[in-house]
Amino acid sequence: MHELSITQSLLDAVVGRTGERQVTGVRLKVGRLSGVLPDAMRFCFELVTDGTPLAGAELLIDEPEGRGRCRGCGLDFTLPDLIPLCPCGSADVEITGGRELAVTSVEVV
Amino acid sequence: MCSTCGCSDDAGVRITDAAGVQTGEHGHAHDHDHPHSHPHEHPGQDGHDGGGHETIALEERLLAKNELLAARNRGWLEGRGIRAFNLMSSPGAGKTTLLERTIRDLGDDLDIQVIEGDQETSLDADRIRAAGRPVVQINTGAGCHLDAQMLRRGLDALDPAAGSTLFIENVGNLVCPALFDLGETAKVVIISVTEGDGKPRKYPHMFMAADLILINKADLLPYVKFDVEDCIRQARMLNPHVEVLVVSATAGDGLDGWYGWLTDTPGAPAAGTAGHRPHNRPEALSDAR
Repeated sequence: MHELSITQSLLDAVVGRTGERQVTGVRLKVGRLSGVLPDAMRFCFELVTDGTPLAGAELLIDEPEGRGRCRGCGLDFTLPDLIPLCPCGSADVEITGGRELAVTSVEVV
Repeated sequence: MCSTCGCSDDAGVRITDAAGVQTGEHGHAHDHDHPHSHPHEHPGQDGHDGGGHETIALEERLLAKNELLAARNRGWLEGRGIRAFNLMSSPGAGKTTLLERTIRDLGDDLDIQVIEGDQETSLDADRIRAAGRPVVQINTGAGCHLDAQMLRRGLDALDPAAGSTLFIENVGNLVCPALFDLGETAKVVIISVTEGDGKPRKYPHMFMAADLILINKADLLPYVKFDVEDCIRQARMLNPHVEVLVVSATAGDGLDGWYGWLTDTPGAPAAGTAGHRPHNRPEALSDAR
């Protein structure tokens, strides 16, 4: 379960910035094509933040949808999965969204 | 990562060097009583709104630390002219057998060194040692993949010679290792024909990240239902330029293609994952049965 080490990275990134301040909310972007499950991250978050300034913080996860841009016809479209196939039939598609995996902001007291 | 509760970071990772000396044993005691009674304070619902709450923008990628360490590994390896191949597959696809065979066949031409990753035991490292090459075993404990920090520790223990060819045998898992750049020269994904031909569709992240896919155990094709062409088609839908070779590490089928790929792959690629190798060898784009 890679979400555990990724959640540990989240804790390190936040504490590295906020130190001992109590964190009440954490906002993340976990794209639908990122390979990371938000529910698994929620589960891990409680585990890894126990006894830290993030314990009990609310985890708010934005899940941007997958987006692709066809290099053939120029269409910008939704990608439901990682198979980059344009409705025009071309597979020459640039994945432009959905792979985000980042902490965007935190709430502290 | 603690193998009892799964918490913490690399604390449970153990490195066994070429002399069999183990480092990194769990060096701390955990309290495993987690009563989980933390009070929940939700922003905006606790009466402190606007009074002491502060929003701090971070905009930091969660894999940034691993990517930084991977970039350091990549520079370290390139500076010594070492090519590093990250071998990934499900458990039992034949990674270690392929390495044993490769050592046997190319041992005179390449200075092969190996870092083995497994949750537990040094069984794989013992097999490589028996094949006569330097090896370090990384045991990840509860961890399901190698990361750049673990590779760094493995490199420190192995101290591979300049100009050598390093194989990193990742933990058998088609999910998690795909997300963690180690700083390798190329990622090699192995599937065996006994696993079924739907693997690329089922595990797209892994096959998107691959520079080379080996379809192993080809000698068993007459006995199993595995559509090689369909499997390659699925992989190329995800990763149009990926090279695919059909091989058998035990019977020797197709290994010339693998050895040619190994010999021709230059060191010092651009940073990144898939697609940084030159794809200009048409013979490597077809399966080499």
